[in-house]
Amino acid sequence: MASIEELQRMATQVRRDIVRMVHAVNSGHPGGSLGCTEFLVALYFDVMKHDPKFSMDGIGQDLFFLSNGHISPVFYSVLARSGYFDVAELATFRKLNSRLQGHPTTHEHLPGIRVASGSLGQGMSVAIGAALTKKLNRDNSLVFSLHGDGELQEGQIWESMLFAPHHKVDNLICTVDYNGQQIDGPTEKVLSLGDLEAKAKAFGWDVMAIADGNNMAQVIDGLNEAKSRTGHGKPVFVIMKTAMGAGVDFMMGSHKWHGVAPNDEQLKAALGQLVEEKDY
Amino acid sequence: MALSDYTVQNEVDTRSGFGAGILALGRENPNVVALCADLVGSLKLDDFIKEFPERFIQCGIAEANMIGIAAGMTIGGKIPFATSFANFVTGRVYDQIRQSVAYSGKNVKIAASHAGLTLGEDGATHQILEDIGMMQMLPGMTVINPCDYNQTKAATIAAGRMEGPVYLRFGRPKWPNFTPADQTFEIGKAVVMNEGTDVTIFATGHLVWKALQAARELEKNGISVELINIHTIKPLDHAAVIKSVAKTGCAVICEEHNYIGGLGSAIATLLGRELPAPLEQVAVNDSFGESGTPDQLLAKYGLDTPDVIAAVRRALARKK
Repeated sequence: MASIEELQRMATQVRRDIVRMVHAVNSGHPGGSLGCTEFLVALYFDVMKHDPKFSMDGIGQDLFFLSNGHISPVFYSVLARSGYFDVAELATFRKLNSRLQGHPTTHEHLPGIRVASGSLGQGMSVAIGAALTKKLNRDNSLVFSLHGDGELQEGQIWESMLFAPHHKVDNLICTVDYNGQQIDGPTEKVLSLGDLEAKAKAFGWDVMAIADGNNMAQVIDGLNEAKSRTGHGKPVFVIMKTAMGAGVDFMMGSHKWHGVAPNDEQLKAALGQLVEEKDY
Repeated sequence: MALSDYTVQNEVDTRSGFGAGILALGRENPNVVALCADLVGSLKLDDFIKEFPERFIQCGIAEANMIGIAAGMTIGGKIPFATSFANFVTGRVYDQIRQSVAYSGKNVKIAASHAGLTLGEDGATHQILEDIGMMQMLPGMTVINPCDYNQTKAATIAAGRMEGPVYLRFGRPKWPNFTPADQTFEIGKAVVMNEGTDVTIFATGHLVWKALQAARELEKNGISVELINIHTIKPLDHAAVIKSVAKTGCAVICEEHNYIGGLGSAIATLLGRELPAPLEQVAVNDSFGESGTPDQLLAKYGLDTPDVIAAVRRALARKK
């Protein structure tokens, strides 16, 4: 098990990867990627039982599904840094003939990716399906998924929200990146989710919160708490508050950095801030 | 085989062939699972559910979620059949099929009943005539439209045995069951039902029966008809199409689908490139359907035996 300090150092490294990747191709989604860095690092370097010698079926392993596929930079960086593929391949992100497509795909056989995502709202259904197969296979490992808060506006999500408690899919932990931002502005203004906690509870989920999703210790504790709640007849729903753009002060807390890459100067400034472990 | 070899064994719906097929497949392979969106009886899944209750997933009226769950279930080795009416497992969930199934290369079988006009009285909201088009445009998707009970059963088993996404289309009404019960179903391989020299009729789904009736009538009038059952629209059996049209010099294509985007489009594209020849279609003329009995609808929308005969005569007249 890694120490919090080691995990924080890895998070800094991943953030450096993210800003470099989107800068290099002048496209991609840094905001949500930076906001979910602690979560992905915690999952892949501490919480999940997984093998970088990737197999699609993942028998006996915990599985992760990224439903909000646009934050692919953080996913790719974490996969590479945990040994799924060579870190040097991050430099091919979004370029022609790359396995690192703009949004994650299985089509190019990048190790670590189990389904394409990008068109929003589909990942919870896929995660439920994988969890059902684990149950049929008597495989006690877990299924994790991550969703954007804006993504919850998709209707399919609510079909999934109804299904998982009804079928007692209790080997599933769905986390929402609750950063309050989406492309057209604050989620509250675009289409409010209202009381998400009450909604998820009303749908029959075991709901918990991570108050600061950019605090590594809180994320680790929260995910371990979520794990301890599995196997009790209900799927687990984690509302994780994050700051979009966390770690780079001029990107933080604004929807403007949802899908915009930094220029040369901004990259330099960002990397200057991402030098050692910090309490974001 | 020849036209006279096909005798009607009984009249039974093709969806019952699916029900029998998935039951047989379930017994053969413990990884086969079935999903449905509140239409278990319509999809003839009762026997499968009775025998394998733990391998059936009731999704409720939530088809998008069903497609996603099916995609997820393949991870770990299951072979899911996601089932509903053709309208609700294609157009309604096109993006889910596109991203989570086809682009992701998942081994999901989409089993679609009540396709086409022969759904009948429920009307155009349910009578999808565009599904073959949508599904065959998806890279990597296999599209199968069997013609009767026996062939639907065989196709279901074959779809379950192959690796990769499949769209399996069948229908609601009782229909003549005339192909052999012991047929071997080879995906992607056209079935030459009768050899002939004047014209080739390519037919798929329910209209194979109408084409067979038409071919018998035409042969009585001295026209030699090559009748080919194209149960697999994608991958299309290019060699069989070319070989036949090279011999006969003209083609008629019959399908319970819009003339745009279906088997007709697939064959027209192939012939246009490889072997231009007069081509006529027996298909719906770019319209929606309406309520009525299957027989009334096939007659009104030009998909009946006389329509096939008329199309053959038009094709023959255009031959040099």
